[in-house]
Amino acid sequence: MNDEDLVAETSEGLQEMQDREETSPEELTIEEGGALLLPEGLVVDPADMDVEFGDDETMIINMGPQHPSTHGVLRIMMELEGETVLRSKPVIGYLHTGMEKTGEGLTYVQGSTNVTRMDYLSPLSNELVLSLAVEELLGIEIPPRATWIRMLMVELNRISSHVLWMATNGMDLASTSMMIYGFREREMVLTFFEKTTGLRMNHDYIRPGGVAADLPDGWEDDVTAIADTIPGRLDEYDEMLTGQPIFKQRTEGVGLISPELAVAMSATGPILRASGVAWDLRRAMPYLAYDEVDFDVIVGTVGDTYDRYAVRLNEIRESCKIVRQCVEMMPRGDYRAQDKKVTPPPRARIDESMEALIHHFKIFTRGFEVPPGEVYTAVESPRGELGCYLVSDGSNKPYRMHIRAPSFVNLQSLPPLLRGGMIADAIAVISSVDPVMGEVDR
Amino acid sequence: MATDVTSGAGVASAADLAGEGVVASAGAGGQEVLHVAPGRYLEVVGALRESGYEMCADLCAVDYLRHLERPLPEGTAAERFEIVVNLVSLQHRRRVRLRVQVPEDDPVLPTLFNLYPGTENMEREAFDMFGIRFEGHPDLTRILMPDDWEGHPLRKDYSVGRVPVQFKEAPGPR
Repeated sequence: MNDEDLVAETSEGLQEMQDREETSPEELTIEEGGALLLPEGLVVDPADMDVEFGDDETMIINMGPQHPSTHGVLRIMMELEGETVLRSKPVIGYLHTGMEKTGEGLTYVQGSTNVTRMDYLSPLSNELVLSLAVEELLGIEIPPRATWIRMLMVELNRISSHVLWMATNGMDLASTSMMIYGFREREMVLTFFEKTTGLRMNHDYIRPGGVAADLPDGWEDDVTAIADTIPGRLDEYDEMLTGQPIFKQRTEGVGLISPELAVAMSATGPILRASGVAWDLRRAMPYLAYDEVDFDVIVGTVGDTYDRYAVRLNEIRESCKIVRQCVEMMPRGDYRAQDKKVTPPPRARIDESMEALIHHFKIFTRGFEVPPGEVYTAVESPRGELGCYLVSDGSNKPYRMHIRAPSFVNLQSLPPLLRGGMIADAIAVISSVDPVMGEVDR
Repeated sequence: MATDVTSGAGVASAADLAGEGVVASAGAGGQEVLHVAPGRYLEVVGALRESGYEMCADLCAVDYLRHLERPLPEGTAAERFEIVVNLVSLQHRRRVRLRVQVPEDDPVLPTLFNLYPGTENMEREAFDMFGIRFEGHPDLTRILMPDDWEGHPLRKDYSVGRVPVQFKEAPGPR
């Protein structure tokens, strides 16, 4: 079979929803999520479902790809009956730039500059997962200080990501003050990132072998200031949003997902936890030094939009707790592994030693070779399980670099979440899934 | 949620399932890897799901066109494509990775949709990027590339830069 055949089979009428009359019962059960929930062998009878076929007037509208509430170029086709959403389908790919293909052309040293641009709201998680995969294949140990610096930075990143989510979510729900506050809080974290890594976003800070630079002088004060300020601000948000009747009316009972369905749809992160499943990779499969710090896994009970809001809000508090412990327990020592193969020589050595200059040059031009093999690593990013499947053929570039992007997988939960709700609620639900399109499309 | 981390009681270990067409091996970092023959793919995944792997975390494809001589355990014939499936057991906190060899001349596998509906997007991505078809998938269409795109970009014989940058007036890919 050649390429043409494969495409010919699928390029007719793609991305279009069929007429309602043409929808087969099988497809409808899929839309319903019914087939997903039931034990194998049981088939849903379409007559049992609350969906009327035929004579009613349904309308298909596109939300996006340029809709302000879709958080990027996300297009959602919705079948509406009146204002009620029946079926929906997220259409993605508008931001696809082939980052996995690009990754195959970049050395391992350059790799983190590529992946950091995927989930642009938590770039450090992306760098971390790639670095963990490369280190696993290389079989190198990184020093404790590097581990703790990574943990500190990733948790700060979680704070900034969730705070920005609070901001955009507030904007979607017409609470523009929340947007201003959210961006203000995020700026505190980004200022610290700029001081440490030189950049506000896309840091390329966590690299295979450790981190790019040690924390700046006085970092304890900066970080403590963040960890002291944010919880107080969260209390203000509590007053502004959590107990506010309008906010509760717009979010409570909206976009429900059951734990069984969330697991079946491979949803991770706040969506899964809000539905009541205590699944957090930091706790379940600890990486870095998460088994040495004290924090709670926040779990919801109902699985609605309000729960997802509450989970994220309280995760910020937990992250602040971890950040404080990082300040207390930060070990002394080196911030990167002293493995000549992967670590460039100190900057000062380059001025006095020709060999050091050559060594430095080699690492940043040719990179280093990684033994053949394949590995999957996963971390808990602010959006869920962020995984990296890396295949090496022994050269200095990854043979295949696949990123398991949480937003990409979580978007699948959108049709069951939207189903049966009002179109105005759709805005709240899309926001509560927190998709980052750079990561969805990669 | 079970808090028993150390014992994997109740979860089928790789060794339990090893047999005709299934070979267990240890991947980097002590990860559990199963090499499954395409004929037993659905059956093995089903058995793993029964034994407690509730979630399919990831499904992706690899094109081994330029790395065919990769190390594989005895009894597994190397093919051009590989589908890699990552299953997670939430209650037992374990992962298992399945590697399935998919031949180049007929890249078809049964879909996992009926076992793990969350694989829908992932299988669509593997189809879009590698041209591997999943029989029984409800909506096997391109997900990231435009509908009328020709070729599968992540294949190793699909070179970077073969399509001119798509400005409005630029000549198209065809």
